Amino acid sequence: MTATSTVKGTTMTQTGEQKTKRMSFRQAINAAMAEAMREDEKVVLIGEDLRGGNGGTNPDPTVEAFGGVFGVTGGLWTEFGGDRVIDTPISESAILGAAAGAAVTGLRPVAELMFMDFFGVCYDEIYNQAAKFRYMFGGKATTPLTVRGIIGAGVGAAAQHSTSPYHLFTSTPGVKVVVPSNPADAKGLLLASIRDDDPVIFCEHKALYDVKGDVPVGSYVIPLGKANFTRRGTDVTIIAIGNPVNAANKVADKLKGEGISVEVLDPRTTSPLDEEAVLQSVADTGRVVIADESAARCGFGHDLAALIAQKGFHDLKAPIHLVTPPHSPVPFSHALEQLWIPGAERIEEAVRTVLKED
Amino acid sequence: MTLSTAPAAAQDLSTDQLLEAYRRMAKIRKFEQRLHLENQTGDIPGFIHLYAGEEATAVGVCMNLKDTDYIGSTHRGHGHCIAKGCDIKGMMYEIFGKQDGLCHGKGGSMHIADLSVGMLGANGIVGGAPPLATGAALTAKYLGNHGVSVAFSGDGGSNQGTVFEAMNMAVVLNLPVVFVFENNGFGEASGADYSVGSKDVAGRAAGFGLPAVKVDGTDFFAVYEAAKDAVALGRSGGGPSVIEAKNYRWFGHFEGDANLYRTKEQIEEIKRDHDPLKIFRSKVEGLIDMAELDKIEQEAEQEVDESVAEARAAAEPTPDQLTVDVYKNY
Repeated sequence: MTATSTVKGTTMTQTGEQKTKRMSFRQAINAAMAEAMREDEKVVLIGEDLRGGNGGTNPDPTVEAFGGVFGVTGGLWTEFGGDRVIDTPISESAILGAAAGAAVTGLRPVAELMFMDFFGVCYDEIYNQAAKFRYMFGGKATTPLTVRGIIGAGVGAAAQHSTSPYHLFTSTPGVKVVVPSNPADAKGLLLASIRDDDPVIFCEHKALYDVKGDVPVGSYVIPLGKANFTRRGTDVTIIAIGNPVNAANKVADKLKGEGISVEVLDPRTTSPLDEEAVLQSVADTGRVVIADESAARCGFGHDLAALIAQKGFHDLKAPIHLVTPPHSPVPFSHALEQLWIPGAERIEEAVRTVLKED
Repeated sequence: MTLSTAPAAAQDLSTDQLLEAYRRMAKIRKFEQRLHLENQTGDIPGFIHLYAGEEATAVGVCMNLKDTDYIGSTHRGHGHCIAKGCDIKGMMYEIFGKQDGLCHGKGGSMHIADLSVGMLGANGIVGGAPPLATGAALTAKYLGNHGVSVAFSGDGGSNQGTVFEAMNMAVVLNLPVVFVFENNGFGEASGADYSVGSKDVAGRAAGFGLPAVKVDGTDFFAVYEAAKDAVALGRSGGGPSVIEAKNYRWFGHFEGDANLYRTKEQIEEIKRDHDPLKIFRSKVEGLIDMAELDKIEQEAEQEVDESVAEARAAAEPTPDQLTVDVYKNY
């Protein structure tokens, strides 16, 4: 289905009428990769089971057996072939290391780490290699590498398949970090990430894969480092990134009925960070709730809080409230996992509290 | 495919090739011997790891490569840099941390890189090069340019998981990469006969489906011939391979290492019996005038002298450089 509505968003690069198509977060990411591969033959995908079945017992070698663990790369092997959609062994260090080596020697790889939790077995290839090449080689290396991976709690995937470690990536100089919250942003930000000449870590929240939205067709790029106001309001600002943006939107819509005007700010990228948008919103409302799924300690939310405390302190009418997970691994039990997630209920409670304080 | 275990005959190489090989080895030797002394002045920041004694391996391999081929190196990378064609002055400036160093003083000894000659960087992470070189080989294969990459690791690095992953992936994707293991007998201060469980670095290659050869890493002609075969294999689409080069490290793990895990007599014996430059000279006797080799050594020494004098006098990076080149755009 094709719609022709205008894409709304204060900082989107494309203005005016652009054709959109209703699609899922998953399809939007797939579309961005396809678009990038069509426009630049140096773009290759590398990871586990991007196609699947390759050389295995599949009786028909022309069949794309898997298309990624969540089906995100489905169809790309069929369109672009095995030279560009490269299935690898389960070897995360070799995947990221080879992608870094390929990037610095002329390709523009998009590496898939599957679950971002797995950075623990291979982050050296980013942390000590790709992220540092440019600086430690005196500016003579360019590493146009995108690493895609799945983050997020909410589907019972337990402690090793549910975390959102983007705060750790954010503290790594030399990499950019993207955490989209909706299908249109996922497409625009992924295309920007692949075109970017620096290493980018692109975090896909698994609870969003089936979420649908209107996504601009064709080439659609959202610059990295530009925040988006998903709701405009005057009483309180909720800063959220990734899936919590949707919870924050829900809270804003609910409280609107009570006459409470909530602004929701989605930074979209943690590195670079749109400090200007954050501080502007703080200046406008004076009350801040930060909803962040990364960590209870030294997380992205704490980084935002420090920024606001340092540069926006005099605009604050009340203490900053952080809504984060507890300092624990992600639990398996549905009952416990729901408590772990910084969801709409806890965000709403924080908003109500911050409105009463002064 | 089997890789040659017999050394090349000196007469198989042209006079120019022989002189060039000796020039590179002599430069490495003079460079490292001088750094051993310079480091004692306290004027070089950080850690340096010297390659003296292993010259024939870097040069024997790199004499088979073009500027468009890539190598990934180790923390002991000066020899690989020189063998691959990095500028000696640029290297010396870098090691002294100066603005006009190859990496503008931001990398130092352990991160010297020059992608314009295919040098993907010395690497402070042991086992760092194999995945990266595998990626460079992926680029070469994808572009169809018949390029080859080489990953240097030591016997210590051979035990890293990154190395195993890279070797397996290189086989699976049939990539033109040569894994060169410089077995100098020690990973830092621990013997390879202790830390390599099978006591056979090259022997592991069979488990990955890789052809492998062990050579005398102090004999330029042995390394050259094995690398020639391995590089040709990669260039022709035949995939990856392994070379284990037995070596002797003349100095400690790093400068300042008291070398307590071996005796002074052992080190003297290494220098007497396993000197790659002496071995090279003995093999080209009758083909090359020894006076020419003496002259090459003098020129190398002079170049190193000049580079030290200039590097010492050169400008430090300016404060505004502190956060330059973290990103291309941010």
